[in-house]
Amino acid sequence: MSGTPLQRLGRNASEWIEALGQVMAFAGAIASAIVRPPLRGRRLLREIYDAGVLSIALICGAGFAVGMVLGLQGYTTLVRFGAQESLGAVVGLVLIRELGPVVTGLLVIGRAGSATTAEIGAMVSTQQLDGLRMMSIDPLHFVVMPKALALLFVMPLLSSLFTVFGVFGGYVIGVQLVGLDGGSYMASLENAVDFRDDVLQSLVKATVFGALLGVISTYRGYRSPPHAAGVSRSTTSAVVTASVWLLLTDYLITAFWGV
Amino acid sequence: MQSSATRDFIVGLFVLAGLLAVAYLSTVLGGLSYRGDGSFRLVAIFDDIGGLSQRSPVKIAGVKVGQVAEIALDEDLRARVALDLDARLELPVDSSAAIRTAGLLGDQFVSLEPGAEDELLAPGEFFTYTESALSLDKLVGRLVHGDAFGDE
Amino acid sequence: MQGSPPEEVHVELECVRLAFGEREIFKDLSCQFARARITVLMGGSGTGKSTVLRMIGGLQRPDSGQVRIAGDDVASCPEAEVQRVRQRLGMLFQEGALLDSMSVLENVGLPLREHRGLGESEIRDAVHERLAAVGLEGVDDLLPGELSGGMLRRVALARAIILDPEIVLCDEPFSGLDPPNVERIEALFSELCRMRGLTLIVTSHHMASSLRMSDQIVLLRQGRALTGTPGSLATSGDPEIADFLGSDGAALARQVSADVAT
Repeated sequence: MSGTPLQRLGRNASEWIEALGQVMAFAGAIASAIVRPPLRGRRLLREIYDAGVLSIALICGAGFAVGMVLGLQGYTTLVRFGAQESLGAVVGLVLIRELGPVVTGLLVIGRAGSATTAEIGAMVSTQQLDGLRMMSIDPLHFVVMPKALALLFVMPLLSSLFTVFGVFGGYVIGVQLVGLDGGSYMASLENAVDFRDDVLQSLVKATVFGALLGVISTYRGYRSPPHAAGVSRSTTSAVVTASVWLLLTDYLITAFWGV
Repeated sequence: MQSSATRDFIVGLFVLAGLLAVAYLSTVLGGLSYRGDGSFRLVAIFDDIGGLSQRSPVKIAGVKVGQVAEIALDEDLRARVALDLDARLELPVDSSAAIRTAGLLGDQFVSLEPGAEDELLAPGEFFTYTESALSLDKLVGRLVHGDAFGDE
Repeated sequence: MQGSPPEEVHVELECVRLAFGEREIFKDLSCQFARARITVLMGGSGTGKSTVLRMIGGLQRPDSGQVRIAGDDVASCPEAEVQRVRQRLGMLFQEGALLDSMSVLENVGLPLREHRGLGESEIRDAVHERLAAVGLEGVDDLLPGELSGGMLRRVALARAIILDPEIVLCDEPFSGLDPPNVERIEALFSELCRMRGLTLIVTSHHMASSLRMSDQIVLLRQGRALTGTPGSLATSGDPEIADFLGSDGAALARQVSADVAT
């Protein structure tokens, strides 16, 4: 590229802003497709199956494992202050406010997000989307909208399942391994967790992450170059972009939730 | 597309499981039920609330009956704590509210002791008898200076 | 070819200009496609044959010029209008472009399901009728991945004609097919054209079948179009054209001259 480093920086910045605008326009198009009939219930169910049901084993397994690790780490830290009775609270709060939505989000990006980008990209390169256009069917409405909506819908459900399994994982460690009283684990957990501060924040984060993922993964697939190498590149970049935005939004929501 | 009837059923199960998880987190853990229907509010004034915070539990005989709704400073610069309590509670006018600690380094909560009078506290009324949070350094100070520790 | 009824112009391109960045595809492209005839679009690689089809289908807008379908210019009208005109078109893509997660029955029936409020059994009957017309039976539940090349093209053709369009656009329908399949598709095209009065616009590299089945050839060269019947082009005397048509062209030229002589 020509020009001084400053000129190039300026050009990159304006390209980035332009890309941002395109993504916003795409998101708007998806939103208007959602409210336009037909409902596409059949396809939506299939997408929820692909994005949600097929991720369950991964999410619940990961949730349980993370919960166990939190239980272990939490215990060894709290025991230094003689505060091991609060293990339930620590495990629960960390899972509900942060790890539930964030880890679930990253896992879903890797599994369902990349699959979505790859599938749409493959449809672009085999002219399936052009085929739909020639049949006067809007590919955004037929293909993109059900996939994006499914990701949005599935995220809070998966995040909650992750969290529940995580709490249980921490319980198993706390009670079986370390010998805490199960009742006080649950009691400290129930006392510490509040719906408005914690659970609602968790659900809002998960839903926002789902929306982000839905838009980014479908956008990358839709705009993918129509050949195998291009699809592969789009898929990788979708995972990276979605992950970065997820972590950024996580910080923003966390910071502004208390305000 | 394989058998869509079984697949739809599985999707339904998945959504149900997810919603149950959400519900569990919201009500059992989050204490969602103490908001909204059937709670009534009483107020207690303390000199020192210690580590008490919003949504700290309120207990009678160790059983949770409500939570702290609001903490503010009143005109006398004392802590004004509003409590959201289960609507079924009937507390006599001479009941007392004390701030206690669960365990040595545990969370603080408001412990209520019912009084003996016949007349009951109505919504919005104040507790006559309150006991502030005990702070360790004040206790030590009193011990050193030979004061007894007691209530107002 | 001789003695056929006067030709009515169905699709027409006029003074079309199109460039992709620096690369100019069409300088000043004008050509006509007659109703109820088979026209083959020919030209070397990169001359823009598929692009012409995409312009007719409204998937690509030219930089300037007109693309008229029965008088309606799709180059300049809004997207909603283009959607309306598309109902009169069917397109057969190079690799079929069937939706790979849906069965043959669902793929071919998709336009009916979306645009006509027909019941399930009516859709099934219509699909079976078109599949029979392209010589396929009992393939309802197969997925596109399970079909052979020839079968895939024929299913895609069935889908292209399911709404009874007036015009069918076919992009390289013979590429990658073995001779028996090429003949089968050729026969299908002729049948569809004569029986249903379809206007067929086909792009092809396949010299022999193009010369055999077409009523008219549009040759794309240097961003412009040359139109003529197979016979007239074969005997045109232009060395470049003769070169392009190759041995099949030479054989046809001899046959035409022999016909003329008798």
